[in-house]
Amino acid sequence: MKNLMKLSGLAALGALAGLPAAAQDAATAAAAPLAPYTFEQSVNNGDVAWMSISTILVLLMTVPGLALFYGGLVRTKNMLSVLTQVFAICAIVAIIWVTYGYSLAFTYGGSLDTFVGGFSKAFLAGVDVNSKVATFTNGVYLPEFTFIAFQMTFACITPALIVGAFAERIKFSALMVFIVLWVTLIYFPMAHMVWWWGGPDFLAQEQTAKLIAEAAGDTAAAEAAAANLAANGLLWNWGALDFAGGTVVHINAGVAGLVGCIVLGKRVGYGKESMAPHSLTMTMIGASLLFVGWFGFNAGSNLESNAITALAIVNTFVAACAGGVAWMFIEWAMKGKPSLLGLVSGVVAGLVAVTPAAGFAGPMGSVVLGLVAGAVCFLFVAYVKNALGLDDSLDVFGVHGIGGIIGAIATGILVNPALGGAGIPDYLSQPGTLQVAEYVASTAIMAQIKAVLFTLVFSGVGSFILYKLVDMTIGLRVKQDVEREGLDLAEHGERAYSS
Amino acid sequence: MKLIIAAIKPFKLEEVREALTTIGVRGMMVTEIKGFGSQSGHTEIYRGAEYAVNFVPKVRLEIVVTDSLADQVVETIRTTARTDKIGDGKIFVLDVEQAVRVRTGETNDDAL
Repeated sequence: MKNLMKLSGLAALGALAGLPAAAQDAATAAAAPLAPYTFEQSVNNGDVAWMSISTILVLLMTVPGLALFYGGLVRTKNMLSVLTQVFAICAIVAIIWVTYGYSLAFTYGGSLDTFVGGFSKAFLAGVDVNSKVATFTNGVYLPEFTFIAFQMTFACITPALIVGAFAERIKFSALMVFIVLWVTLIYFPMAHMVWWWGGPDFLAQEQTAKLIAEAAGDTAAAEAAAANLAANGLLWNWGALDFAGGTVVHINAGVAGLVGCIVLGKRVGYGKESMAPHSLTMTMIGASLLFVGWFGFNAGSNLESNAITALAIVNTFVAACAGGVAWMFIEWAMKGKPSLLGLVSGVVAGLVAVTPAAGFAGPMGSVVLGLVAGAVCFLFVAYVKNALGLDDSLDVFGVHGIGGIIGAIATGILVNPALGGAGIPDYLSQPGTLQVAEYVASTAIMAQIKAVLFTLVFSGVGSFILYKLVDMTIGLRVKQDVEREGLDLAEHGERAYSS
Repeated sequence: MKLIIAAIKPFKLEEVREALTTIGVRGMMVTEIKGFGSQSGHTEIYRGAEYAVNFVPKVRLEIVVTDSLADQVVETIRTTARTDKIGDGKIFVLDVEQAVRVRTGETNDDAL
């Protein structure tokens, strides 16, 4: 029976609608009657503990990690503006998240379900301490509050990443309005399109129901089950793999940053005055906190505390180091000196690239991925950016955009078990268990490329419209005098360092 | 009385102070400054953005001594602060009209 039901790679995640005709025949011909799939929802304290720690680790990435990383890179007169922007975004988005963000990202969205969720859990309606959400293992669940808190930290850090692109020149009020619009119209839909799915037990239940209905010749019931199987986010249904947010977080924020720095224009004095970082010590502290926190981000995205968590930790660690090593040596060779800023930038590039691959690639694949990301991001930031005349102040696109694209596409390659990858998960061929689908390179890589292109266009165009909207109403940029004086005094009325 | 102003490399400060103390200099003013001379700056690179830093850090000494000690002070600074590399600094000597010790009201050579 089980052998008969073993479908080809097409039954992998994503290819949920329409099973191959041969498999349907096989299922119909199967003699033994199928019983409806039943399951229990058990919560494991170890999982909850790990996810609680991961949540705190991801918050550590934002404040103080990202804030200090960015803060050290701007000039003294703008230090507090960056710290304030990152912290304020974190605070505002957290409140939006529990009001309607979580609902838009992680509920059924009716006719728009492919793109965005609905408002059924606005104000966390119906969520209590007994609510549970699925993980990636049949029968294993998390308290819904654990999931809400973990995903909240992702919603908080993603928009905060963008501010590096137009640092030292954006108006604080305009930024706050832009961020509210951006998370609502870009981030929550992206999260829904990539991460919204029914969970292993739901898939098993609907797949079993479908097979039973087909065996009984009940077309209507079979179609209903098939529809349920396909009720996932758009990119999920394409079979795009994104373990911890390569598309949702990094490409998304990277492109929004790129568009932002173009719409706002270059800083006053760009290319003429020195815009050297005011404290690489702060930047090093920030980068190190990002490195530490990223284990919560990547390994926490497994939602459980098990062997895949361990794999994600190893992958994250080595990809980060490989990224740093690659950037350092290439900069040494091409610019004459190995710099601290280069080293930590490479580490971040490696971390970004391994994000979508963390639970799918193998450790050796992750090392290669980190090396490639460190090298390519360096070349982009040191040469291409200047050639294009982009004033992406803190290289949001150069590191998160480029690193994210490399990671997303590489995930489709490195998931291959032949390359030491974990393989593409398949919850359907044997409902109730997790199988590894047959790896077809073209299918896997195409799904990733489609997801990358979609994110580039969706986030790029969407962000552009939102920037223009805010620019026409409030005005995105501070006055030139304010920019010269520095945003700290002019916009916030305080100085980072008083002597 | 002479005022001796010297701009020297920051890492030479301690050595110069010791040498001057040995020959009888009893006080000096020290300021961290930036400037350029024939060394004329260096280049810094941050992620590929290159900045020409025209002003390099130096330390400025201001020392007021009796006329008789002035030449010896200049010579001591010159020999001690010297590395034979570009950017070792400059020494200037000026006449001083008057000196007063705030605590006692002593003037000129007595105030030094």
